[in-house]
Amino acid sequence: MTRFTGTDVVCFRAERIVFEGLNFALEPGGALMLRGANGSGKSSLLRLMAGLSRPLSGTIAWNDTDIADDPEAHNRHFHYVGHADPVKPVLTVAENLAFWAAIRDRADTAGAVAEALERLGIGHLASVPGRFLSAGQKRRVNLARVLTAPADLWLLDEPQTALDSQASRSLDAAIADHRQQGGMVVMSSHAEAGLKDAAPLDLGDFQAQGNAESTGWAA
Amino acid sequence: MSGFVLVIRRDLHLAFRQGFESLMVVAFFVIAVLLFPLGVGPETNILARILPGVIWVAALLASMLSLERLFQTDYEDGSLELLALQPVALEVMVMAKVTAHWMTTGLPLIVAAPLLAVLMNMPADGLWALMAALVIGTPSLSLIGAIGAALILGSRRGGILLSLLVLPLYIPVLIFGASAVDAVLGGFSAKPQLLILSGLLVAALPLCPWAGAAALRQSME
Repeated sequence: MTRFTGTDVVCFRAERIVFEGLNFALEPGGALMLRGANGSGKSSLLRLMAGLSRPLSGTIAWNDTDIADDPEAHNRHFHYVGHADPVKPVLTVAENLAFWAAIRDRADTAGAVAEALERLGIGHLASVPGRFLSAGQKRRVNLARVLTAPADLWLLDEPQTALDSQASRSLDAAIADHRQQGGMVVMSSHAEAGLKDAAPLDLGDFQAQGNAESTGWAA
Repeated sequence: MSGFVLVIRRDLHLAFRQGFESLMVVAFFVIAVLLFPLGVGPETNILARILPGVIWVAALLASMLSLERLFQTDYEDGSLELLALQPVALEVMVMAKVTAHWMTTGLPLIVAAPLLAVLMNMPADGLWALMAALVIGTPSLSLIGAIGAALILGSRRGGILLSLLVLPLYIPVLIFGASAVDAVLGGFSAKPQLLILSGLLVAALPLCPWAGAAALRQSME
């Protein structure tokens, strides 16, 4: 059975320890809801999980294999949605998504893109160039990217940013479907709504002792 | 389709949609070369003497102009992070982007250079040496430049920093590229210079994508 785990993870960033002694475990169908104040390390943890940065100590493992051992193999396991929405202004929405689907070895890219756009309610935007999109529409395109190719784990960094309530519901439905099929989700969010029976993980509980005094940063 | 081909196709697609960026590089190259007869004077023997060097220096500057954008736009809109998170090695991604960069800037320079050479009264036997040196030399320029383009990500005034980082590394290509043409014009064989240029390219091919990918990882930490 697929397992995504973190053991005693310490995150070091901008000359301070952001959090330490953090453990988590995810199994198929599971979801993890990251909570915590601004600057408590929610985005940093998601970046660690994606392998964009490395923990100072501790391990993050996929099926008990450290993800740092083979980053390219780990990349196949997940989709990452960060703060930025990488939509190229000169390409149409469909062209933008077709590239990301194809690079994940998706066979029928056109079909996959059309279906993903429909599910997020932006099917009518398929032939619109990226430069004409609003912030919320770009966010929907970025989320549609996640649906164009299957991956076990979704790492979503505040995915509701700029979404209207209808799009939020589409996202919730997509996440529910994904978990139904044995997918896993890690999501940071300020909104209360969203994941049903997700395990909360409050990063405030893992703040380093004496952080503020030793480095002069506000805790 | 492999990730390598997909990234090349994407970058070419973007370059053509953005339109005239590669044409502007060629225009810069042509104008820079044409400034020399105006500055130095139209004596054909002086022009013929300095022309190989002038063409190479202008080619270095033109290729460097477009380098700043190699990773910058992808870095700013978050595409670079996502490219790094695909099941394709980042080194392969860098190689693909460099290849696309060379196809949109290096190739047009190679096409434009002989026309300029004829315009500036270069003897015909120098032309093939100039073409051969550019064909072997310009890929090295794109490769070496990729390291600099990756290192400047996240810094302000990146363009000036880029030229400080990259231009010194271009010197070997400049020396052997220009002297290949000089040799032929002087009645010698250009073979040694072309072989050294090939050697530089063979060294740059594995080293530069590796170093560029390392710099990109650093910028995304």
